Amino acid sequence: MHEHGGFLLEAALFLPALVAVAAYLFSAASPRIAGGWPKRRSACFILGAITAVSTFAGPFASLSHQDFAANVGAHLLAGMVAPLFLVMSRPITLALRTLEVLPARRLSALLKSKPARVLSDPSVAAVLNVGGMWVMYRTDLYQGMQDSALIHWLVMGHVLAAGYLFTAAMVGRDPAPHRPNHGYRCAVLVAAIAAHNVLAKSLYAMPPARVPIGEAETGGQLMYYAGGTVELALIILLWHQWYRTGARKVPAAVVRSSSTGPAA
Amino acid sequence: MRTPAARRNVVSGLLFGLGVIAFLDEVVFHQLLHWHHFYDGSTTAAGLVSDGLFHAFSWFATIAGLFLFADLRRRHELRRRLWAGAGLIGAGAFQLYDGLVQHKLLGLHQIRYDVDLLPYDIGWNITAVLLMVAGAVLLFRGRSARDSLENDA
Repeated sequence: MHEHGGFLLEAALFLPALVAVAAYLFSAASPRIAGGWPKRRSACFILGAITAVSTFAGPFASLSHQDFAANVGAHLLAGMVAPLFLVMSRPITLALRTLEVLPARRLSALLKSKPARVLSDPSVAAVLNVGGMWVMYRTDLYQGMQDSALIHWLVMGHVLAAGYLFTAAMVGRDPAPHRPNHGYRCAVLVAAIAAHNVLAKSLYAMPPARVPIGEAETGGQLMYYAGGTVELALIILLWHQWYRTGARKVPAAVVRSSSTGPAA
Repeated sequence: MRTPAARRNVVSGLLFGLGVIAFLDEVVFHQLLHWHHFYDGSTTAAGLVSDGLFHAFSWFATIAGLFLFADLRRRHELRRRLWAGAGLIGAGAFQLYDGLVQHKLLGLHQIRYDVDLLPYDIGWNITAVLLMVAGAVLLFRGRSARDSLENDA
């Protein structure tokens, strides 16, 4: 088990999160946004940042090295909960509305670029996300994370980034030039949830090397049920988006004729 | 089904029925009665994949079925008998799949442990068939034009 690299190094990990929150709040207060930026989006960003940081540094991060269930918990927070909060805070919309013309154009070009297109494809994002979990728990990487703080942070960084990509591909509200159609997203979401379920049960039955069976059982169930709760939220958000966008397609004649029967 | 609206009613009902029966199975037999287990030692790899996929799909189906239902209502296209008939067929089909494929063929888990399974298996699968028959009857009746209005049923 590695020691986290002392107070200074841990403090250095807080810095990017603090800068990000400050930048977000500064932009949210910008007079360029007519009517103001909704407070709940700012709240989502702050919650997302706190959730993410708690898994990188501090007491919870340390505990996640000693206890497998805490380790699973940390990955649920970094890979599912924090990304959901961050995606709901719509950082790209905020950036596009508040940046100067030139940087905004560059950001927009970046979003339209080929790499962005590949990375934001639901299948690619799902493989990076759930596939990464399989690699982490089913190869020597898991042991490597326990032995080296650097590997641990790199892996956590991947979990957070892949979690964001996946969540954004599924339920993102930011402008996305390549947003895939609803049916495709549904199919990928079901497959990803299934892969997550199978991994959870297999961890319960066949713990990774050097993990006590009791901790593996708690961790497996946590992954299954707590992960399931976030997955439920993703399904609801995905369908809610479908319902809202479909609302525009209901012909006014149908709504008006509610008392006289269905329109032909 | 003859019209897109009728087909949407059937799809919505099927998904919802399938999802709800799986949810009931999970709550009643896994969580309340503890008859089923989270994992039992005999589970094969194929069993785990089948279970994972169906668990994922059942949650998805419940929510999808409800949003499709809401969409039918706001478009005034809901046909209650058609929807309910499809729902019962979906529920029965899942129960039968669970009872035959997951319990028996894949040996994923049994309905209950340390008891004579035969009456449980028979009861389980007959219930499934009855649900499907009831659903088919409703669905057949719902095809008539008289069911075309949601206010009618």
